[in-house]
Amino acid sequence: MDAFLNALFLGAGYNAALVGIGAALLGFAAGASGTFLFLRKRALVSDAVAHATLPGVGLAFIAMVALGFDGRSLIGLLAGSAVTAAIGLVLVEWMSRKTRLSEDAAIGAVLSVFFGIGIVLLTIIQTMSQGRQAGLEGFLLGSTAGMLFQDAVVIAIGGSLAVAATFVLRRPMTLVAFDPEYAAASGYDVRKIDLAMMSLVMAVTVIGLKLVGLILIVAMLIIPAVTARFWTEKSDTVIWSAGILGAVSGYVGAAISASAPALPTGPIIVLVSAALFTFSLFFAPARGVAAAVIRRQRFQARVHHRQGLLALARQEPIHDKLTLKVLGRDGLIRPDGVATDAGRAKAAKVARDERRWDVAREVHKDVSLTGRYDGLTPIEDVFTPDEIAQFDAVIGKPTAVGGA
Amino acid sequence: MGNEFVQFSLTPILIGILASIACALPGNFLVLRKQALIGDAISHVVLPGIVVAFLITGSVAAVPMLLGAAGAAIVAVILIEAIKRLGNIEPGAAMGVAFTSLFAGGVLLLEQSDTSTVHLDVEHALMGNLESLIWFKALGWSSLWDPEALAGLPDELIRIAVVCALVTVVTVVFWRPLKISTFDESFAQSLGLPVGAIGFGLVVTAAVAAVAAFDAVGSIIVIAMFICPPAAARLMTNRLETQVAWSILFATLSAILGYVFAGYGPLWFGAQNAVSAAGMIAAVSGVILGLACLFGPYRSRIGVGREEAI
Repeated sequence: MDAFLNALFLGAGYNAALVGIGAALLGFAAGASGTFLFLRKRALVSDAVAHATLPGVGLAFIAMVALGFDGRSLIGLLAGSAVTAAIGLVLVEWMSRKTRLSEDAAIGAVLSVFFGIGIVLLTIIQTMSQGRQAGLEGFLLGSTAGMLFQDAVVIAIGGSLAVAATFVLRRPMTLVAFDPEYAAASGYDVRKIDLAMMSLVMAVTVIGLKLVGLILIVAMLIIPAVTARFWTEKSDTVIWSAGILGAVSGYVGAAISASAPALPTGPIIVLVSAALFTFSLFFAPARGVAAAVIRRQRFQARVHHRQGLLALARQEPIHDKLTLKVLGRDGLIRPDGVATDAGRAKAAKVARDERRWDVAREVHKDVSLTGRYDGLTPIEDVFTPDEIAQFDAVIGKPTAVGGA
Repeated sequence: MGNEFVQFSLTPILIGILASIACALPGNFLVLRKQALIGDAISHVVLPGIVVAFLITGSVAAVPMLLGAAGAAIVAVILIEAIKRLGNIEPGAAMGVAFTSLFAGGVLLLEQSDTSTVHLDVEHALMGNLESLIWFKALGWSSLWDPEALAGLPDELIRIAVVCALVTVVTVVFWRPLKISTFDESFAQSLGLPVGAIGFGLVVTAAVAAVAAFDAVGSIIVIAMFICPPAAARLMTNRLETQVAWSILFATLSAILGYVFAGYGPLWFGAQNAVSAAGMIAAVSGVILGLACLFGPYRSRIGVGREEAI
């Protein structure tokens, strides 16, 4: 625990602090830009992009070694990965637009084929004399152990640029995500904006390769956005809360990973993110599972409450257990099932409202008003007191339940 | 040459072919149902499955591994469905959330547990070890009739052969309901077919194929074979029967060419070492799909103008 707190407050050493800050920035950039991907319903395109980086890493290494440079230069490797990721992206677009294959088939084809080519290149590199210590396998699952200061700087600058680009492009990208036709009609170039969105995702993927690896970067793009969506209905809020959720997952995940051995950074970040998601899935207000259950129970109680009162008014015995429970809880019946005074009063009111609705349907042929009769909306919400008095005149004086 | 071929290359090629066909068969229906990425999700969650199986049984024997992987695949499918329904989230994102989380859990478990004594790591899970599945006891082509040598065939070959046969039988037996429910779900429903059960059965079949193939060839081939041969076959014909035949042909071709290129290709260029056969098979299937996209007779969407389509 101490080790974790230490890491959380940047006390676990220089390298751990670098990783933590880098992960937070990357998490923010990934969460914010991934939101558009999620809103555009193209979350898994990022999976194709991420897997398509692998051959680029391999080719860049081979090219750099062939030209006599150090093959491990992070900038060079990331530049290479960006090139093949872009090719993969273009191929997904091309296949789903020009052929009859659907986008998911195009995604799957590109990700598996590019990944396969990448693995072939990795096995070639392993046989090269400079390739043994290349450590390119680290790009599969990320490796933060040997992170250099300049690597952290690359991640920090790249992440900040991605956030800045998200901020500048948030309006057109939101518009395209929600209603591409309207965006096109308003004069936006939908394809260009889509391209910008995808480039942003690609940039985040490439930056994240070193930290979380190409298999799990997808999680950093998708999970925060899906989580944020549970808490709000406003797109702007979703973008920035996804960013914050991503940053928190990145930072806390890096801290946990630094606190003990054998806790790989990438998977831990993803699991923190998944924990936030699970919590939101169940406990978010309005959209969460718990909220839905409570809403349903309340509705059920209201229906039983009313049906019970109607039964009291008609002096019918009540057998349903839930109805008895609901009425008893509100002090409308005694435990032996006989109505209390309050219960009789409410029952009379419900019965009278029922008659008022009958009259209302005859007086008003207007369905927009009488159509709001669902048994649960109080009549006072629909008609004015004058109108209700008018209905009462038709019905006559109130009579007490039980004929007394 | 012939004797060496039987000993070192015959069984890997056969395993590659059988694994490819076992994945391509259900892949046809997954591609048509726009569920192609289920294969991707399944192949990712196989890792946590085998790690959990290893932690429970303490061995890397095949049966617990397969059961663990199949269990994980089913858990993943249920989880995706639950996230989709409970959270009202679109399928792609639900899938992305579920399989990445499970995969991350698998990697963490693997790092936490002591697997230094056994051959169990992420790279093996991704790439498989097709090259090492050789037939030690074979002396030449005559060994094919020698019961003693046949007893020494790698277990992986027998397992994948059984699974491939199983997948084929299931596909043939359920052909009509599968076909009807894939193309017109409402019509299938009106015929009284259990549409939900058919969909789930297809995913389970795919999971079984993926798990058995994964055991021998790693997850790259699994994803590639679920999608590339059926997708390429889709561009060759408008008939499902013909499409399935094309997909089997493409899968076989990918496996053979991929293995040959990986094993002998580098030698042609003067290099000493072979490259990853699994990766090469995936790459060949991609080339086949690329050619089908460019030249397949039924490649364009119906209703797209000629100029646009090219």
